[in-house]
Amino acid sequence: MARKLKLRIWRGDADNGGLQDVVVDANEGEVVLDVIHRVQATQMGDLAVRWNCKAGKCGSCSMEINGKPRLACMTQVAAYGDDETITVTPLRAFPVIKDLVTDVSFNYKKAMEIPAYEHPTELKPGEARMAQIDVERSQEFRKCIECFLCQDTCHVIRDHEENKKSFAGPRFFIRIAELDMHPLDRLRNRKRTAQEEHGLGMCNITKCCTEVCPEHIRITDNAIIPMKERVVDNKYDPIRWLGSKIRKREGME
Amino acid sequence: METGVFSQSRAAIKERTLRTDRWWLQPAITFGVLFSFVIYATFRAFENKYYFAEPLVSPFYSPCLSSSCIEGSSLLGQPFNNKYFGIGISPSLFILIFPLGFRMTCYYYRKAYYRAFWMSPPACAVAEPHSKYTGETRAPLILQNGHRWFFYAGLVFNVLLSIDAVLAFKNAEGEWGHMSVGTLVLLNNAVLLWLYSLSCHTCRHTLGGRLRHFSKHPVRYKLWSWVSVLNHKHPTFAWISLFGVAFADIYIRAVASGAWTNFYFF
Ligand code: SF4
Ligand code: SF4
Ligand code: FES
Ligand code: FES
Repeated sequence: MARKLKLRIWRGDADNGGLQDVVVDANEGEVVLDVIHRVQATQMGDLAVRWNCKAGKCGSCSMEINGKPRLACMTQVAAYGDDETITVTPLRAFPVIKDLVTDVSFNYKKAMEIPAYEHPTELKPGEARMAQIDVERSQEFRKCIECFLCQDTCHVIRDHEENKKSFAGPRFFIRIAELDMHPLDRLRNRKRTAQEEHGLGMCNITKCCTEVCPEHIRITDNAIIPMKERVVDNKYDPIRWLGSKIRKREGME
Repeated sequence: METGVFSQSRAAIKERTLRTDRWWLQPAITFGVLFSFVIYATFRAFENKYYFAEPLVSPFYSPCLSSSCIEGSSLLGQPFNNKYFGIGISPSLFILIFPLGFRMTCYYYRKAYYRAFWMSPPACAVAEPHSKYTGETRAPLILQNGHRWFFYAGLVFNVLLSIDAVLAFKNAEGEWGHMSVGTLVLLNNAVLLWLYSLSCHTCRHTLGGRLRHFSKHPVRYKLWSWVSVLNHKHPTFAWISLFGVAFADIYIRAVASGAWTNFYFF
């Protein structure tokens, strides 16, 4: 059964823009991305929107729906009341390009700043062995679909443009945690660089990243806080610091 | 120059949030509850009476370490004077820093008060009212990294408060083998404090989280797995243990002041 849905869509570009009201048909079971496509097909031919899989797996359709960072393809229209107007805007932490499309290149830049996995040189191809329980913990982080909703909602950069240069953001903290927990990665300064170069200390663990993650990765509890504790071992705990100097190794246990 | 969501490059939207749900409710409740607790705890820390009703000691005053402590309430002796520089000091003030510091640096309470008190941010995707933000990178907030020291101190307090709960199996004449409502109140307090401390992120890290190879440390891996289950509920334990402490104190205050009688089951 179709219903008339009231939508408010942000339209514009970097220079100018605002919210525009439209009324559009919505069928039972449809998601917000479906009705946006209908608006595009019937009323606003040049409406810009990014999408790909419509299955919550590509991370392209990130936008803000009634002020909340969400995947449009995973947001049921039925979740909103019959008289409710649904407001859709582009992500508000990144520069807008056109309509619902933002420039998320900040994230790719940050990705490049994280040194990649380093394989032990003494292992020949085919010799690497890892125990399941050693890799399990970081497998959670591999579920990331790079929708960047966590980056968008993180107040450190959302509310402070000037912090972007010194803060990698939650998506990359899970990447750093994944590598620091990796049983074979040779690079052993990830704790120090997390704090000194990637801005881990700027996170105040207010957990908004965890709240919006569509993959339900427990970003704060399982990656950020464990990394903060590892940084403390390394930088702020005199006893462990001394121990690591004597044994001349970091995080080998 | 405007920053944050009002920066030049971002989509021009004048509202600081477009959320339509009651996002302010959670921080408002947190604010109300924490603020009430702070007021009550401050009042009690300075009150310096009604903290002992043989054999019950209020958790706000245990261990009672100063020479003004009521006879029988001091578990660890009385190394401190009751006056310094002519100013009378409540025994509670000698120990308060430990439980206070433990909770202030707790990862969960940090989230709670950064949101509710400092509004940084008040709720997700709601612009915060500050023009600058450096997080926990410099003083004083960099001191949050000292949480583990308060965690260790917290363990010592848990042991002491557990002893208090065991001593509550005495009657007012000091004979063992009795049990009162006060016993249950202190037992409840001790159990909740243990749950709070064991579910702590530092505890999880210390027991196994810091390891890279669980496979080489099967026992620590098991401990880590158990504590991870508790850790999931850390916020809940943080709240109910706070209520547990407040309730134990309220109960003992009522008994010590004579308002209530501590009912003995046997
Ligand atoms: S927990 Fe940290 S990284 Fe996650 S949104 Fe909050 S401040 Fe950002
Ligand atoms: S961590 Fe979650 S919210 Fe962040 S980019 Fe990955 S899937 Fe999206
Ligand atoms: S279109 Fe792929 S996640 Fe929504
Ligand atoms: S007590 Fe809350 S994290 Fe340690």
